[in-house]
Amino acid sequence: MAAVELRGVSVRFAGTSGAYTAIEHVDLDIGAGEFVCVVGPTGCGKSTLLNVVAGLAKPTAGEVRVAGVPLTGLNRAAGYLFQTDALMPWASARDNVAAGLLFRGVARAQALTQADDWLGRVGLRGAGDRYPHQLSGGMKKRVALAQTLVLDPKILLMDEPFSALDVQTRSLMENELLGLWAADRKSVLFVTHDLDEAIALGDRVIVMSAGPGSRPVASHPIDLPRPRDVAEARMSPRFVELQRALWQSLRVEVQKSQRAMAAAG
Amino acid sequence: MSAAARRLWPYQLALLTALIGAWHALTAAGLLSPFFFGRPLEVARVLGTWFGSGSIFPHLGVTLLETLLAFAGGTLLGVLCGLWLGLSPFAAALLDPYIKAANAMPRVVLAPIFAMWLGLGIWSKVLLGVTLVFFIVFFNVYQGVKDVNPVIVDNARMLGASRRQLLRYVYWPSALSWVFSSLHTAVGMAFVGAVVGEYLGSAKGVGYLILQAEGSFDVNAVLAGIVVLTICALLLDTAVTRLERRLLRWRPGQGDAAHF
Ligand SMILES: Nc1ncnc2c1ncn2[C@@H]1O[C@H](COP(=O)(O)OP(=O)(O)OP(=O)(O)O)[C@@H](O)[C@H]1O
Ligand SMILES: [Mg+2]
Repeated sequence: MAAVELRGVSVRFAGTSGAYTAIEHVDLDIGAGEFVCVVGPTGCGKSTLLNVVAGLAKPTAGEVRVAGVPLTGLNRAAGYLFQTDALMPWASARDNVAAGLLFRGVARAQALTQADDWLGRVGLRGAGDRYPHQLSGGMKKRVALAQTLVLDPKILLMDEPFSALDVQTRSLMENELLGLWAADRKSVLFVTHDLDEAIALGDRVIVMSAGPGSRPVASHPIDLPRPRDVAEARMSPRFVELQRALWQSLRVEVQKSQRAMAAAG
Repeated sequence: MSAAARRLWPYQLALLTALIGAWHALTAAGLLSPFFFGRPLEVARVLGTWFGSGSIFPHLGVTLLETLLAFAGGTLLGVLCGLWLGLSPFAAALLDPYIKAANAMPRVVLAPIFAMWLGLGIWSKVLLGVTLVFFIVFFNVYQGVKDVNPVIVDNARMLGASRRQLLRYVYWPSALSWVFSSLHTAVGMAFVGAVVGEYLGSAKGVGYLILQAEGSFDVNAVLAGIVVLTICALLLDTAVTRLERRLLRWRPGQGDAAHF
């Protein structure tokens, strides 16, 4: 059974200058243990899609099912790495990572031990006492990653988590993520605007059309061997082939959807 | 206090000395009338008598008690109402015009009404102070709660926070920095409540002393009373700053140097 199923999901925002349909009639399955990447032009509705799967936004039409059960309210099986900084600025890195455990009633001492353990795993051993404003952008992303992963969610939603990082740190963290994912095969929905990153990480790449009324226009399986090293994968001939094919279908599909939209008025 | 501010204090002291010196010189030379402007040495003498004989202490005690009660009560009520209205948009929308009206009203005019209700003891002053402090703290907490970054709230919810946990781990710490910025103003307002209340009718307190002194055209005693009030307000404000530094260590620029 798919970990997450979206059936005919649409999201409309009521605005002052008329309603805006961000995503329209989205059908999407994320298999158990599958790493799905979503690419699409800026503003097409990728974050909106994640919000719907997280249960933070209610679809105006359609249905989200998590492990076969229709989603009402928050998605308790999911961990969400937000596009923007979401750490609590008044809590130290350690307290930020421990927060979710405390919310779930884990004893404080044990929560802090686990938090330190995870800070170590994302390469931040010894930075636990620092407050977010004392951390670099990349360090904050790592804390956020630890904050989400310490809860061991079955579903991982990630919204451009590495886009603010420099190339080196970025491929380092991408490899770390793949390593962590390989260990216990969570279902991952990974949003990025970087096609190369999507191909290097995913089992499948979904291309969304431009908004309004964005929807997946292509779904490409990525058959690069695992375990992968993202830097090496990028240099393999197969990667270049996939990249070309994806660009092709991206262009074709976007043109198709534009024509369809023009015809519909 | 920053290093720069610490290095400045000799100059600040020199400025104060110069101002008092000028005041002394101008009144001694008769350019300023001592009848209206007092004399620094006379003010110092009044202060000396008050503190030497201990006659000031019952008055100061009453004023400080009123101030502290007003400060504590107003802050508590302001925080509670601010959190409540900040978290329930319906109540906020319902009460909005009343809050606006209550805020626009010059609340000091309530003093005679409070005196009528509660008599001339300390409670009419406390209530006036509470009213003044309440609105300052209330508006800041209300603003602080509404200003919480929604992404931080969503993140905490995804991490599993219940409504109560959100309040404790997200809304409260976020509102706290707003609370403190309002407390500095609130300290002054608590004193205003106490002194204005005493001024309008009382048998004790520094405000009463000032009123008495005015009645006998003793401007030096009036000024001495003002000096006492100012010093007390400064001390209370320093205490608030101390607490603020402890509780808001997480903010950029708060005690960074001590960490690294
Ligand atoms: N609360 C809202 N009210 C009105 N419109 C919104 C709201 N949230 C998003 N939108 C609109 O919906 C569209 C999709 O937004 P979304 O944030 O999902 O885009 P995105 O694909 O994540 O973009 P980016 O790649 O820049 O992050 C945008 O056009 C945006 O203006
Ligand atoms: Mg986005």
